[in-house]
Amino acid sequence: MATVVHEPPKMDVDRLPSQGSGNGGWRNLVPASGGLRKVQDASPPPASTGIWVALASITMTFAAFTSALVVRQGGAPDWQHMTLPPILYLNTVVIIGSSFTLEIARRRIAAFMGGLHEHADKPLRWLYITLSLGLLFVAGQILAWRELVSQGLRFATNISYSFFYVLTIAHALHVSGGLGGLVRVISKFNNRTLKRSTLDATSRYWHFMGVLWVYLLVLLWMKL
Amino acid sequence: MAKLLAVTIVVIAIASAIPIVMHIWPLPQDISVNGHLIDEQYTDTMWEAGVSFLASQILLAYFIWKYSRPAPNATVKRFPGGAAALVIAAFVLVGTEALALGVFGAKAWGLAYFAPPGADAMPVQVQAGQFAFYFRYPGPDGKFGPLHANLISEANANFFGLDTTNDQDSKDDIVTAELAIPVNREIHLLMHSKDLGHSFYVPGLRVHQDFVPGLDLSIHFTATKIGRYEIVCTQLCGLGHYNMKAYLEVKSPEDFDAWLKQQAALQ
Amino acid sequence: MHDMSAHAVHHGAPTSFIRKHIFSLDHKVIGKQYYALALVAVVVGMVLSWLMRLHLGFANFAIPGLHLLSKNGAPGDIMTPEYYLQLMTMHGTIMVFFVLTTAPFAAFGNFFLPIQTGAEDMPFPHFNMMSFWVTFTGFLFLVASFFVSDGPTLGGWTQYAPLSAVGAVSGPGQGTGVVLWAFSIAFFCVGQLFGSLNFITTTLDMRCKGMSLMRLPLSAWAWFITSIMGLTAFAVLMPAVILLILDHVAGTSFFVSSNLVINDQVLPHSGGSTLLWQHLFWFFGHPEVYIAIIPGMGIVSHILITNMRRPMLSHRVLIYSMGALAVLSYMVYGHHMFVSGMNPVSSLAFSFPTLVITIPSTIIVLIWLGSLYGSKLRINTASLFGLGFISMFISGGVSGFFLAQPSIDILLHATYFVVGHFHLVMAVAAIFGIFGGTYFWFPKMTGRMMNESLGKLHFWLTFVGAYLIFMPFHYLGIAGNVRRYQAFVDDYLIPLIPVHKFITVAALATGAVQLIFIYNLIYSRFWGAPAPDNPWQGTSLEWSTATPPPHNNFGDKMPVVYHDPYQYSVEGASSDFIMQTSPEPVHSADEEK
Ligand code: HEM
Ligand SMILES: [Cu+2]
Ligand SMILES: [Cu+2]
Repeated sequence: MATVVHEPPKMDVDRLPSQGSGNGGWRNLVPASGGLRKVQDASPPPASTGIWVALASITMTFAAFTSALVVRQGGAPDWQHMTLPPILYLNTVVIIGSSFTLEIARRRIAAFMGGLHEHADKPLRWLYITLSLGLLFVAGQILAWRELVSQGLRFATNISYSFFYVLTIAHALHVSGGLGGLVRVISKFNNRTLKRSTLDATSRYWHFMGVLWVYLLVLLWMKL
Repeated sequence: MAKLLAVTIVVIAIASAIPIVMHIWPLPQDISVNGHLIDEQYTDTMWEAGVSFLASQILLAYFIWKYSRPAPNATVKRFPGGAAALVIAAFVLVGTEALALGVFGAKAWGLAYFAPPGADAMPVQVQAGQFAFYFRYPGPDGKFGPLHANLISEANANFFGLDTTNDQDSKDDIVTAELAIPVNREIHLLMHSKDLGHSFYVPGLRVHQDFVPGLDLSIHFTATKIGRYEIVCTQLCGLGHYNMKAYLEVKSPEDFDAWLKQQAALQ
Repeated sequence: MHDMSAHAVHHGAPTSFIRKHIFSLDHKVIGKQYYALALVAVVVGMVLSWLMRLHLGFANFAIPGLHLLSKNGAPGDIMTPEYYLQLMTMHGTIMVFFVLTTAPFAAFGNFFLPIQTGAEDMPFPHFNMMSFWVTFTGFLFLVASFFVSDGPTLGGWTQYAPLSAVGAVSGPGQGTGVVLWAFSIAFFCVGQLFGSLNFITTTLDMRCKGMSLMRLPLSAWAWFITSIMGLTAFAVLMPAVILLILDHVAGTSFFVSSNLVINDQVLPHSGGSTLLWQHLFWFFGHPEVYIAIIPGMGIVSHILITNMRRPMLSHRVLIYSMGALAVLSYMVYGHHMFVSGMNPVSSLAFSFPTLVITIPSTIIVLIWLGSLYGSKLRINTASLFGLGFISMFISGGVSGFFLAQPSIDILLHATYFVVGHFHLVMAVAAIFGIFGGTYFWFPKMTGRMMNESLGKLHFWLTFVGAYLIFMPFHYLGIAGNVRRYQAFVDDYLIPLIPVHKFITVAALATGAVQLIFIYNLIYSRFWGAPAPDNPWQGTSLEWSTATPPPHNNFGDKMPVVYHDPYQYSVEGASSDFIMQTSPEPVHSADEEK
């Protein structure tokens, strides 16, 4: 199908890049039949696409760990199913709670950005609460590891412990990345440079960490 | 320059095919019952792959020859039938070719791996370890004694870790460093590894199977030609890997019996 | 209302040397850094292949000075068997990871993907910078293993467990060497994940006005598809090497089974699965070979179409076929494991998708040939390498028919046939893609032209040389010559020694020819003729900006795209090509219906 030349876009092509052209580009679903204008629109900000890409890759990594666990647990008689340290259940409550507090903060900031004024410090408070809960979660995980180690249950004690440590440490490292993201959101919020897409991406990541944790907990608890 | 390239491509294509057509370096001679199926499959594939190879190289060369240096007023021409024709051609030609190869090739694979060994197949055990193979025959009782990893000792020549004092079945087991088998008798080879990954490859027998640490595998085959052949390890297993080999001795039944007796006496 | 989604990624042009050339955020600088890394790596890898070949052809030949590299590995300058295996492992690892993944994908992709999509930069420049430096760290880890006491690992680039997992007892280099190897690969994975994240987001979100996905050049499509594969494949390899490291240093038993005995000692591991490593590795490993070759396909399509002065016979079919390769590549990985001891039913199950994958590969070749038909082919170094790529890809591809069938694989597995196959289809073809890309884009990257006469000389000697080296590998394999051997002690291999000698001579000569390329690269970089903005009369966006492109790629005017990418020889147009940015109204020459 012949592609007809489209009329020049309405946007000012002569504007300087410093005026914000690099905001990502365009969602150019140019159909062969023309009709450029109808379907042409600014792309979503890269952060909101990028976060899904990043989460997809994290999912693949944990899927690989999972398949290793399934093969290893199913294939060999030496698997001694472990009892999870009880503190993990408390940590679960903490990380799920932090998702709620972050969501409260996110909604307030979003409303604030939308011009429906509110006091800026209230969302900030919720952000700090989320950050503290996140730190609490990591601290709780460290306590869990120490508890196991103090009982002499180490990395190589049994393969089930190996998986426990690998999965929880990998998850905790990812959570720490999320904590870094929260700190960044807070500092940008204070500088008034916070972008909606940064906020949304960070909170999606954070929620994902919560979901991932629940998944890992079930995976480690369940006897296949 | 383009014409030179076209000629070069054709020359290379033909020159590459010559050693194959002339069988300058043939497949190792087949000494097995089922190997001919693999060889036929190989030959069929060689025909199809060879024709595809020559045809596409020559076509490439021809187009390069023909369409470089066009006259200044030349216009571009469209391939008759366009992309659709090519896509259909690829599906029909290559699709059927690939499917046919896959379906017919499955038979040779099935005989090697799905068909169980015959009831009268002779069991022999092989153990691979850095960097040697050892073989074990069950002896007159027809039973292999159990293995004890902690008893393995190169120094005492207890390669398998047998406990010949306590295990009744181990007492008459015969351990050798070469694999002797009677001709035209099916062998059921029970494979395990002592340490790492290794492989059991006898090109003439058309047998190739990796050893998997922690997994007992088995293969079966029948040799049809008396002679001495090499068994090589093809799984990288350490510094002595290149030197990890043993011999397969295919003997007449009488020779084999004599050999086995002699080995039994050496235990 | 604030437009909170306004998202400025651009950054001012840096002024300090460090920000400009070392820790640069500019995708173009990062692309060049990747190219430089690949160049260093390929020289190391090639020298290693010389040493290997010398040894295979002339086993007792003393290589002067080799003992300086390793006293134990080459006493009296003569290579020991274990040192051969160590060098081979380094050769394979360096080539696959640090050459074939970095050069066509990370280097050219970084430089040209944002330009071809009409973006100012990648969306996450800090991640992009880290991507390079993390990868570079990985390279340092790998190189460092040459200098540890017992040298680099000897386990091969596939690093099969348990050889790789049980530690120094299993051989030289299996202690520290393996750990360095595994860390190197883990770093590499992280680097490529960051890179893929940027590539995908750039393609989806950073396109300029008018640039629909189907208007992206084939090279951009190839990078996009490759980055999706990279995102999934490296995300699986990384956990696998982490588990490997743990088996190694923490004494876990992911991959090491019970009751293994080395030196009469029972190893302390229990219950691990050898095949688990192979499954994880090849789930990455097969897509990896497509990660190596798909960018080459894209680059070569881009080069050839420019030099054929016509649109591709079908843009879409080519894109869909590359996509099909990417998808299928995850379903065929078991063809590396036919005789590994996995369930023989799985072997058959893996053989069918492997045979099916020949269909999209054939379609790609046929589309190239069909586009060549009736074209106005221009011969220059870049297009010569493009044509050479097609020839190599065909030659390497047909041997896939053999290896795809488990029954024939019984004969050919782990022989030199495999070595011949993957060198032609992956190594040489991809290297031709890199060479072609270099001759084609060098002017845009540096502002200077490369020397065409030297380039053509380089092509001819390399093209013939590569065939002389890699075709005979197939004959060796057919005769049953096993790979990863340092010497041919087996009687049945002795008749093949002359072939090995021949290959060695060809490899040394072809390797030496690469000096022409390196000379040309360095000479042209400093003294080459100044390049115009559009030396090849191309149509895509990289040719519509200055040479070399300014810091934000397009200066003050962001491009607006009006056309499909390859509008050559359009009837009624004012010249034989119409730039994507040209508002000239014409009927598309895209032959797609
Ligand atoms: C200068 C040209 C080259 C020569 C002469 C050469 C030669 C060799 C040789 C002799 C082997 C050892 C085969 C064996 O013993 O199993 C080998 C292995 C290998 N080569 Fe090359 N090679 C060259 C270029 C390349 C390139 C460009 C690549 C990029 C992909 C590459 C990738 C590999 C890989 C992946 C292996 C397998 C290593 C292993 O088994 O772990 N080679 N090469
Ligand atoms: Cu071996
Ligand atoms: Cu593969």
